[in-house]
Amino acid sequence: MEIVIRELLNGNVIFWIFCLITIGGAAYVLFSKNVLYASYGLLVSFLGVAGIFVFAGGEFVSAAQIMIYIGGILVLLIFGIMLSSNKKAGKNYLKIENVDMPLSLGYAVGLSLIIILLIVKTKFDTANLKPLQHIKNLGYDLMTDSVLVLEIVGVLLLMALIGATFIAKNDE
Amino acid sequence: MPLLLQKTMNDIFPYLLVGGILFAIGLTILMTKKNLILMLMGIELMLNAVNINFVAFSKYDKIPEHGQIFALFVMMVAASEVAVGLAIILKIKKHYENINPENLNELKN
Repeated sequence: MEIVIRELLNGNVIFWIFCLITIGGAAYVLFSKNVLYASYGLLVSFLGVAGIFVFAGGEFVSAAQIMIYIGGILVLLIFGIMLSSNKKAGKNYLKIENVDMPLSLGYAVGLSLIIILLIVKTKFDTANLKPLQHIKNLGYDLMTDSVLVLEIVGVLLLMALIGATFIAKNDE
Repeated sequence: MPLLLQKTMNDIFPYLLVGGILFAIGLTILMTKKNLILMLMGIELMLNAVNINFVAFSKYDKIPEHGQIFALFVMMVAASEVAVGLAIILKIKKHYENINPENLNELKN
């Protein structure tokens, strides 16, 4: 009980709630039988990851997560689901089939346990914790040290979007 | 359980825990589902897990911005990957009439 109160005062309970939201959304994607509902689970999981970013000291990354993943990627995915669902095939056109569900569930649990074991075994040097990070420093770094990578990623994004439009266009 | 609570005081442990579990779930989705769009979703979850690790470790870095910048670039590459992937999936849908990867078994149309 004392531990719970102390964690609550530290704000750790909110962090664990975000962790639960993230894992729960991902698990819903794993167990869902409907593609559209699975994408909603993915939305919840992305929101939880954005909250975890705030706790890890990346406020700008959190805002970018919401804008890029939820505003861009998830809308694109739902768009793709609606375009690729075959309505003429019957009423359950959004249904998906899971193969080897117990086997893959055992695989997920096993892989998680291996990763957790490795994390617990490893000693991380977390001594030199910087007190505060500012978004200003991030912007300076983005515009000075990493400006070449920024330009390259911008060109890559432009090429990918033009290429996607070219691939998806009608041939006839 | 006492070990887990003791480790929780160590600050980086919960981020790595969530990242590891999310990565395992994403890989399982990628292997289990027989739907190309669901497989893309699994890849997105794995990229998110990697991003959590990047941002969490950047907290303890000498230059704390670099991990966050790496996470931003991962996001942009993921966006372009999904755009191209969905375009290819739409083409596959038009040609094969479904998007089950089991049925994509011919090279020549």
